[in-house]
Amino acid sequence: MKPVSPFLETGTAPQVTIQFDGAPMTVPQGSNLAAALLAAGIRTFRQSPVSGAPRAPHCMMGVCFECLVDIDGVSRQACMVDVSEGLVVNRLAKAEDPDADL
Amino acid sequence: MQTFDVVIVGAGPAGMSAATEAADLGLRVALLDEQLSPGGQIYRGVNGVSAERAKLLGADYAYGKTLTSRLPRDGLAYFDGAVVWAIEDGFCISYTKDAKASVLNADRVVLATGAMERPMPIPGWTLPGVMTAGAGQILMKQSGIVAQNAVLVGTGPLLYLVAAQMIRFGAPPVALVETQTRSDLIRGARYAGGAMRGWRYLRKGLALLAEIKRAGVPRHRAATGIQVEGTDRAEAVRFHADGAEHRIVCDTVFLHHGVVPNTQAARALRVPHFWDDAQACFVPNVDSWGMADVEGLFIAGDGAGIGGAKSAELAGRITALRVAELAGKLAVADRDRKAAPLQAASQTDRAVRPFLNAAYPPYTGALTPDDATIICRCEEITAGDIRRFAKLGCEGPNQTKAFGRVGMGPCQGRYCGLSVTMLLAEAHARTPDDIGYYRIRPPLKPVTLGELAAMSAPDLEGEV
Ligand SMILES: Cc1cc2nc3c(=O)[nH]c(=O)nc-3n(C[C@H](O)[C@H](O)[C@H](O)COP(=O)(O)OP(=O)(O)OC[C@H]3O[C@@H](n4cnc5c(N)ncnc54)[C@H](O)[C@@H]3O)c2cc1C
Repeated sequence: MKPVSPFLETGTAPQVTIQFDGAPMTVPQGSNLAAALLAAGIRTFRQSPVSGAPRAPHCMMGVCFECLVDIDGVSRQACMVDVSEGLVVNRLAKAEDPDADL
Repeated sequence: MQTFDVVIVGAGPAGMSAATEAADLGLRVALLDEQLSPGGQIYRGVNGVSAERAKLLGADYAYGKTLTSRLPRDGLAYFDGAVVWAIEDGFCISYTKDAKASVLNADRVVLATGAMERPMPIPGWTLPGVMTAGAGQILMKQSGIVAQNAVLVGTGPLLYLVAAQMIRFGAPPVALVETQTRSDLIRGARYAGGAMRGWRYLRKGLALLAEIKRAGVPRHRAATGIQVEGTDRAEAVRFHADGAEHRIVCDTVFLHHGVVPNTQAARALRVPHFWDDAQACFVPNVDSWGMADVEGLFIAGDGAGIGGAKSAELAGRITALRVAELAGKLAVADRDRKAAPLQAASQTDRAVRPFLNAAYPPYTGALTPDDATIICRCEEITAGDIRRFAKLGCEGPNQTKAFGRVGMGPCQGRYCGLSVTMLLAEAHARTPDDIGYYRIRPPLKPVTLGELAAMSAPDLEGEV
């Protein structure tokens, strides 16, 4: 079931299907990944590497790095990625965070 | 390796106008922006919006299309989705596009990397659901989604603009929690002369306030002790105003208390910066053409000090004239003749700034926060940690890294830099100029081994 989102969608773009944490998710084609996940009701994007506290997009302009997700094994800022059919997105495991101590 | 007369980083109003002006003057120009479409922060996503959405966002936003539509022209190569991560003397500009790193060569570089919102560290600001007001606006512009049940917190014209845009999108904010005080407004009134020259901005501001009032959005002023409550996401905003404690339940909190120059690239190129008291931030040292003390380097737009979109557009053109003159494409007399009306327009446009700076100062509670408040989001360092480091003898921002990894996370100090400088300045009773800022080194943005491996061979040869 789709979680309730605090965001209201006004667009009418055709939908595509992406994979998020192993489950299919339909999102507007060409939309910004961070925005699409927020609109789909995803509230926590990752856990902070230090205390494990939940984090989610803050600046939406590529500055804060709070929206990091794993795309094809590379951690990327979701706010800087546009979605396309079949995109495979996973939340970073805590240890995978690029900032985690080795 | 491709070679250009000038490489311009950032396709906001400053970068776009610099690029078109320079190309028209006969220069070979490259314009790079990490966003997937041109426009910068103010005109974010303007090429992709429907007429309907553009109308909701307002005429000032839709105007961006006139700038983006001028980009396709001879002599101007525009690279979208190109993240610039290193600029080396000379200049070699390294960037990543489509998961592949490449290098461009240029005699001159214009940094038009704009501004970011001033980080607003208050208790609870790291919770999911707490974003910047600009982020809320980006969601509307770029994706057509609007936060329902949101509280706007902070101060400044952008806060009112975002509130009005949310109202037009059909989701009025639950409340505005504003931090400026009556005495700030009185201080602002001292600059009423300049404000009257900038009457167009005042009229726009008043129209926004009227729109917010008509929508019945409550406004709380002179708020203090602001904090966001919640365990794993934002649930409420708590604050003190009008002699009472308030608690407003919400799903989203949008913070904003002004914008500050994004100085990362300029600092990596060792451009000297100085503290601007009126804007409470560091600005790079450049002359009236935007020329820095580094040979061949220019900075135009909000990255050189906050002036807003119109000033940024004018600054881009002014810088392009000087670049063209240095490149031998424009006689000095022609440069000055073309620049004069632009410089005059820029002065008029900036006349309103002293009023805005004084009337909507940053929220003190977030400049030097309480001990328990996190200031470095990446490494979860608190204001109290920085004060403790200071007591242990930590003198400057670079030393804090040794004390506690401050500024060493993925954001590379973009979010904590100003806080660290201000907290150390307070602790040692010294000026921010004395304390200084982090030393910034490339890469400006993380670059992966895969991206480097995909670097084309000629680029690598050029590196030797
Ligand atoms: C989130 C936000 C929203 C704003 N909204 C408004 C508004 O609605 N109205 C208004 O009047 N003012 C707004 N402003 C103020 C804004 O700073 C100016 O009005 C205007 O956008 C400044 O223009 P500029 O060309 O100097 O920089 P910008 O418009 O900020 O453009 C800078 C560009 O540089 C790019 N860039 C930065 N670093 C790199 C890099 N390393 N590699 C590649 N590209 C890079 C960015 O992607 C960006 O597109 C906003 C500011 C922010 C931060």
